[in-house]
Amino acid sequence: MTATAPAPATGRTPLPLDVEAVRADFPILGRTVRDGKRLVYLDSGATSQKPRQVLDAERWFYENVNAAPHRGAHALAEEATEAYEQARATIASFIGAQTDEVVFTRNSTEAINLVAYAMSNAVTAKEPEFHRYAVGQGDEIVVTEMEHHANLIPWQQLCERTGATLRWLGLTDEGRLDLSDLDTVVNERTKLVTVTQQSNILGTLPPLAPIIERAHAVGALVMVDGAQSVPHQPVDVAALGADFLVFSGHKMLGPTGVGVLWGRSEVLAALPPFLTGGSMIEVVRMEGSTFAPPPQRFEAGVPMTAQVVGLAAACDYLTALGMDTVFAHEEALTEYALAQLQAIPGVTVIGPPDTVARGGAISFTVDGIHPHDVGQVLDDQGVAVRVGHHCAWPVVRRMGVPATTRATFYVHTGYDDVDALVEAVRHAQRFFGVDAVEEA
Amino acid sequence: MKLQDMYQEIILDHYRNPHGRGLRDPFDAEVHHVNPTCGDEVTLRVKVDGDTLTDVSYEGQGCSISQASVSAMYDLVVGRSVTAALATGEDFVRLMQAKGDTTVADELEDSLEDAVAFAGVSKYPARVKCALMSWMALKDASARAWTPSDPTPTTEESA
Repeated sequence: MTATAPAPATGRTPLPLDVEAVRADFPILGRTVRDGKRLVYLDSGATSQKPRQVLDAERWFYENVNAAPHRGAHALAEEATEAYEQARATIASFIGAQTDEVVFTRNSTEAINLVAYAMSNAVTAKEPEFHRYAVGQGDEIVVTEMEHHANLIPWQQLCERTGATLRWLGLTDEGRLDLSDLDTVVNERTKLVTVTQQSNILGTLPPLAPIIERAHAVGALVMVDGAQSVPHQPVDVAALGADFLVFSGHKMLGPTGVGVLWGRSEVLAALPPFLTGGSMIEVVRMEGSTFAPPPQRFEAGVPMTAQVVGLAAACDYLTALGMDTVFAHEEALTEYALAQLQAIPGVTVIGPPDTVARGGAISFTVDGIHPHDVGQVLDDQGVAVRVGHHCAWPVVRRMGVPATTRATFYVHTGYDDVDALVEAVRHAQRFFGVDAVEEA
Repeated sequence: MKLQDMYQEIILDHYRNPHGRGLRDPFDAEVHHVNPTCGDEVTLRVKVDGDTLTDVSYEGQGCSISQASVSAMYDLVVGRSVTAALATGEDFVRLMQAKGDTTVADELEDSLEDAVAFAGVSKYPARVKCALMSWMALKDASARAWTPSDPTPTTEESA
């Protein structure tokens, strides 16, 4: 199929991962779609597929030790608690964190909301020790124009609840973070700066070090949205230097329904709870209650125990592959895909055009075809991509496009998947009759 | 299932050469509808004289299905009574719920004319909302411009 593609002879460097061996671990990749087509799954950025090891871990939990952790006096309760806390240790180790700094949430979205609500709950908390991070009028919260809605709307809402002001760092035309006004946007009024480690739509890896350094210089907290980075690159919270890191299990080969809020011990200790109820308490009386220390303070109710166990299995799986290798694998695919896609007349990559400070999420437009229609034709060829604004509406607005088509890669992605994508894009151009027009 | 079932030539014609596009004066109500999952949008105006939809004008952006749908709708409803236009809209909703059942399309062919070509869309649940957006906008705008109990058009600026 490359015979008709006048693409530059981009080297297909040998991929760091053994794609066929990895694929054998993913039962779903054995199925076909749309009248027998091989499933070319390029939507891991929305949610990843699950290897058998993760599915087995969840099944193992339910078949052998299922019970509510941290409750009950029976053998299963003990074993479930052990499995839950062992999984916490595994997941903490995956990001270089202390075990008691890992709080389980439903997903990244809930983890971000936890902090945003804790900061407004701090305003009215009766405990003086919870006032430290209270936000109010005159305070500022800083986000970026690159954020997923999950890392924007909770902060808009926090500002509306408290009278604080939302400010943001903008984007360059190439889809990189514009740090030229960092020192004015992040200032002595800033209470918290929150920034993604990898744009879910542009693939950009923003420079976090100068942002974190500036934020800490003015006494602000820093949150890093790792939903798109923790699954795809080595992340070590000690090296990162932020105060919070959030990520979702389902985007890193783990189950849905489990995410992580990592917070520095002393910061978590000073935050009031978000959700309240069972298992987050210390002493309960009708007149009022006191709360457990972190992480339990932030884990009200019976947790998603089997999913936490599944996420630990996903961490083990990724650790066995090696996160450096995972990143190198996707980088090779990204370099190849960027060259192949940009060689198609009429295709424009939205975001960094090369692999400099960039991860494996590639958004693009095809002249004359709306992204939904591109996605539909790709789907008909068995190629699963995401289309639309990718829950980052301000980004597409800033980049001057109504929507994009986005391909994202992962450990089971091979060059054959990229070739299928490229051929399907060309097919879409033929289907809508815009292939010849662009050949200028 | 063939992709051509959805992308009928008649749909692509409406997409490439939309009928009645552009916002026109005078009008009795204007609405803006979006498809929040994908960002498709349409701004739609209606002009009602007595019981008759004398004009429907629109601007929008979105996929071929959403934009062709509003064009086909324009052909179907302008010059007809509001009641008949809304009934046609109900038929279109039925077509979108048919999940590809051709007997539904056969039954609705007289009512929907060109718009029956959208039958193939009903096999793709994710695209149904694209086809329905303009009809929902029409229903909304009609409700603002005209009340069935009082068929006199609302001539003052709509609230």
